[in-house]
Amino acid sequence: MIFDYTVVWEALPLYLGGLLITLKLLAISLFFGLLAAVPLGLMRVSKQPLVNAPAWLYTYVIRGTPMLVQLFLIYYGLAQFEAVRESIVWPLLSSATFCACLAFAINTSAYTAEIIAGSLKATPHGEIEAAKAMGMSRMKMYRRILLPSALRRALPQYSNEVIMMLQTTSLASIVTLIDITGAARTVNAQYYLPFEAYITAGVFYLCLTFILVRLFKMAERRWLGYLAPRKH
Amino acid sequence: MYKLQVQDLHKRYGSHEVLKGVSLSAKAGDVISIIGSSGSGKSTFLRCINLLEQPHAGKILLNNEELKLVTGKDGAMRAADPRQLQRMRSRLSMVFQHFNLWAHMTALENIIEAPVHVLGVSKKQALEKAEYYLAKVGVAHRKDAYPGHMSGGEQQRVAIARALAMEPEVMLFDEPTSALDPELVGDVLKVMQSLAQEGRTMVVVTHEMGFAREVSNQLVFLHKGLVEETGNPREVLANPQSERLKQFLSGSLK
Repeated sequence: MIFDYTVVWEALPLYLGGLLITLKLLAISLFFGLLAAVPLGLMRVSKQPLVNAPAWLYTYVIRGTPMLVQLFLIYYGLAQFEAVRESIVWPLLSSATFCACLAFAINTSAYTAEIIAGSLKATPHGEIEAAKAMGMSRMKMYRRILLPSALRRALPQYSNEVIMMLQTTSLASIVTLIDITGAARTVNAQYYLPFEAYITAGVFYLCLTFILVRLFKMAERRWLGYLAPRKH
Repeated sequence: MYKLQVQDLHKRYGSHEVLKGVSLSAKAGDVISIIGSSGSGKSTFLRCINLLEQPHAGKILLNNEELKLVTGKDGAMRAADPRQLQRMRSRLSMVFQHFNLWAHMTALENIIEAPVHVLGVSKKQALEKAEYYLAKVGVAHRKDAYPGHMSGGEQQRVAIARALAMEPEVMLFDEPTSALDPELVGDVLKVMQSLAQEGRTMVVVTHEMGFAREVSNQLVFLHKGLVEETGNPREVLANPQSERLKQFLSGSLK
C-alpha cells in the first residue's frame, strides 16, 4: 500500500490533541506579541534617541537571530544558571509550554513592531496636520487618528506575520511539546512511516492557514473598506 | 475689538526669508482674501497663524488673548504652553488645499471627531450638528461615504463642514479650491460665500479673483514676504497702485 490510512486514522486523536496545542501556542504568543508590539512600534517612530534606540536594538537583535536559537536559549540556556534555577520564576521557565510561548511572543513582537512602525510612518502628513489644526494633543492624535489608521493599514502585512507564526509554532515540537508536528514525530517514531506522518501534519497546517487567510480577508473588508474601490 | 490679530510676523527657511513682517487684523464678520503669486508667502503666513509652521518673530492674538511663544534653539518660535495652543487651534479651524480628511473615517465620523474628542461635546449632539452642517454644504447624501469614495468637491465641502462643526471664532482657508476641477470650484465657492454672508470671520488664501472681489471686504496682496498693497478689494483690484500688483493682475483674467 502506498499510503497507510489506518495508521493516520488511529493516530487522529494524537493529531487533534496536537492541533489544540498548536492553536494555544499561536493564540497566546500572538496576543502578548501584539500587546508588546504597539508600544514598541510607537517607540520606533519616536524622534527621541533615548526612546527609539532601545526599541531599535530589541527588534534588531530579535529579527537578527533565528527563532530556534532564541527558543534554545530560553529553554535550555537559562537552565544552566543556578540563580535561575533557584529563582521564583523557575517553575515557569522549566515548563516547555511557557518557554515556547515566551520565545514566540518575543519573536512576533519584534516583527509586528516593525510592521506597525512602518504603517505609522506612512500616515499621510495632511491627516496629521488636520488633527493638529483641530487642537488635538499628541496623545489624542495618536490614540484617535494615528493608531487606528496605522493598525488598519497594517492588516495585510500582519496577516502574513500571523501565518508565518503558525508555521513557526512547529518548532515547539523540538522542546518536547506535542503540537501538530510533535504528533507527526511521535507517529513516525512508532511506525517509521515518515511520509504518512508528516503529510498529515502538512494537511492540518494547510487547513489552518486557509482559515486564517479567510479570517483576515473578512477583517480587511470590515476595517479596510475605505481603501477598496467605490461600489455604489 | 479684533477677533484675530497678527503682528509683524517673520518666518524663514534656513537663510531664505519667506515672511518679512506681515500683519493682519480681522474684526468679527471680516472676510479677508490674501492673494499673491506662488512663493509670495501667503500659505506660509496662514499656516503660521495656527502654528502649523513656526514663525521666527511676531505676535498672534485671538480675541485679545496673546498666544504665548518661546524661541527655540534654531530661532523658530513654538508655543510656550501646548494646552493654550490646542485651545486656540480649536477656535481657529482650518480648511486645507488637499482637504486632509481622515481617510479611515466616514464623512460623518470626520465631522464629529474633534467636537467630541477635543471640545467634549456629547456624541448625540455632535451627530445632530454634523448632519446639519453636511446638509448646509450640500453633501448630506454622502454622510456614510469614505473620503476616498467622494469627489474632490464633495471632500472639500465635508472638510468645510468639519471646520464649521467646531463653531470656530475664525476660519482659515488655505487655497481651498486650488486642487479642484474647474466645474467643482463653483460649489465650494458658493458654500464659502454663504458662510461670509452669515457673518463668519474668515481669512482666505486664494487665487479666485472673483471671490476676492465679490465676497471679501479686505484684500491683502503679498509679494516677497511683505504686504505690497491692501484695502477694499473692489478699489484695489480696479485701481492697483503698485507695479507688482498691476503685473500680477494682468496675468490673471479677472
